[in-house]
Amino acid sequence: MSALLQLSGVSVAIGKAHLLEGIDLALDRGQILGLVGESGSGKSLTAMAAMGLLPLIGGRVTAGEVRFDGTDLSTLGEAGRRHLRGRRIGFVTQNPMTALDPVQRIGAQIDVVSRLHLGLDKAAARARTLDLMAQLRIPEAAAVAEAWPHQLSGGMKQRIVIAMALAGDPDLIIADEPTTALDVTVQAQILQILAGLVRDRGLALMLITHDMGVVAQLCDRVAVLYAGRLAEERAVGPIFAAPAHPYTRALTLCIPREGMARGSLHGIPGAVPSAAAYPAGCRFHPRCARADATCRATVPALSALPDGGLVACHHAEPGAP
Amino acid sequence: MISYLIRRVLMLVPVFLAVSVIIFLILHFIPGDPIDNLLKVGSSPAARAEMEARYGLDRPLPVQYAIWLGKVLTGDLGTAIVARRPVLDMIAQALPHSLRLGGLALLFSSVMGIGLGVVAALNRDRWPDRAIMGGVLLGSTMPSFWLGLILMLVFSVWLGWFPVSGARSWTALVLPVLTIGLGGTALVARITRVAMIEAAGKDFVMLLHAKGLSPLRIQLRHVLRHALIPVVTILALRIGWILGGAVTVEVVFARPGLGTLLIKSLSQHDYPVVQACLLMLAMAVMLGTLLGDLLQAAMDPRVRAALA
Repeated sequence: MSALLQLSGVSVAIGKAHLLEGIDLALDRGQILGLVGESGSGKSLTAMAAMGLLPLIGGRVTAGEVRFDGTDLSTLGEAGRRHLRGRRIGFVTQNPMTALDPVQRIGAQIDVVSRLHLGLDKAAARARTLDLMAQLRIPEAAAVAEAWPHQLSGGMKQRIVIAMALAGDPDLIIADEPTTALDVTVQAQILQILAGLVRDRGLALMLITHDMGVVAQLCDRVAVLYAGRLAEERAVGPIFAAPAHPYTRALTLCIPREGMARGSLHGIPGAVPSAAAYPAGCRFHPRCARADATCRATVPALSALPDGGLVACHHAEPGAP
Repeated sequence: MISYLIRRVLMLVPVFLAVSVIIFLILHFIPGDPIDNLLKVGSSPAARAEMEARYGLDRPLPVQYAIWLGKVLTGDLGTAIVARRPVLDMIAQALPHSLRLGGLALLFSSVMGIGLGVVAALNRDRWPDRAIMGGVLLGSTMPSFWLGLILMLVFSVWLGWFPVSGARSWTALVLPVLTIGLGGTALVARITRVAMIEAAGKDFVMLLHAKGLSPLRIQLRHVLRHALIPVVTILALRIGWILGGAVTVEVVFARPGLGTLLIKSLSQHDYPVVQACLLMLAMAVMLGTLLGDLLQAAMDPRVRAALA
């Protein structure tokens, strides 16, 4: 029995730029997978690959396969993939301010999903829309449904986007940094909503974020991406207790914690290299304290850890607490 | 929305006044005099003075302007000095021809331009796009009077499909409409294509794809809907331009209309007629601008919100 969403050795290229290499991920119903990494590490691209939306940005899967509920996406035609999107995979975007069509009323933008995928008529779709909006604690749903996007706040728009993602009654929600563009107080509300969906409806949630604090609070498993490759993939407990990859360790040190001395917050020196200038060997080696000649020459393979996790490092720590 | 409409119309008043001053003055500053056309060669200065007094041309300019404006505002465009007919009649006779020509040309360039622009945008960087954009470049570089002559040569003289000139049948409209409409088609196609490509790159379009909508539906119902906002605005602005542009084409095809009337009256220095023609064209531009603004507000709720 394979997972709901399974990426096996997925590589993605846009034109001549090879942006993702050998990504392995698995996500099941009722689970939250955190996809973390700095900007440019390939998180959003992984989400696009999972939705079969790469052609939209001129990208393609060059190796490996993406399986959703056992079906290899590459064997589905464009129409088949379209039937997954909206119906079985809901998507929540990074910036709710620009995610809605500014010249279409709110309600119609949600209605269309259930009309298209569930075959509901106009009235039934609107009833479903209002019901979803109420579940997401959108006050005066009927009035909001008749409003234009510019009349809503960012947090309210993000709820609308979530309602859109839920309208097709999906199994998986992919949320690409769903709170980055929102106020801190609203961020917590949106995350609670998303976590509640997993708890109450048994949805699978892929949560793309660069906030390790959010990961620690919500996720069951974490996949750490660095420069288009998987660095480490593990359950959330061990990854914080005993990170195996030096990059993961550095990320966990970036979270402020209670009782930390002022000024002891770490950053990671250097920056993620661009796809055009990926270094040879391990891509993290220029920023890594443990790097040696092997790291500079040889790409580290993903190897299994005792707790079932994966790590790609020549000098991985054993991973036991 | 209603208050915006009222404000927007009121804003036209100073524009109209400024335009009327310019139209009035321009004719008094260009050399030549309608009286010259009316007087027999060798008439006495007294006869000339009497003639000037009859048409009010001996009064100071501001007074002449005030009298003229007052009459214009009450719908009295005066009597043509040379043609000796009420100007209003002449305009009423000429205007429908120009409106028919301009309206059909605008319709032609809207339908063709938007259609070609959509096809080009949907096939971006492939051969249909390149072919259409090549044609557009050709179309937008040809002056209309020259295009008119070429069309006339090919379709009237060589092929004999359409009449060379005049306005006796609907077939006589085809070539003039094409002459004006093709240039507009090129412009509209180019703007539609760019606006479509720009709109297709917006965030919300990505989300429409993520909702599982078909690409064609996304392009036609959402992307085109957005692209049409600037396109419609520009089309409305072209209303005045097309009527003005019809001037040369009417002359080339020897059609009756505002343009022909304007050119003829200009050569005869028939002030009242020229002034009325220019006023019509200026009002077409003003109404086009107004229509453009209103259409934009009608199509974009954000614009309405900004105006409220």
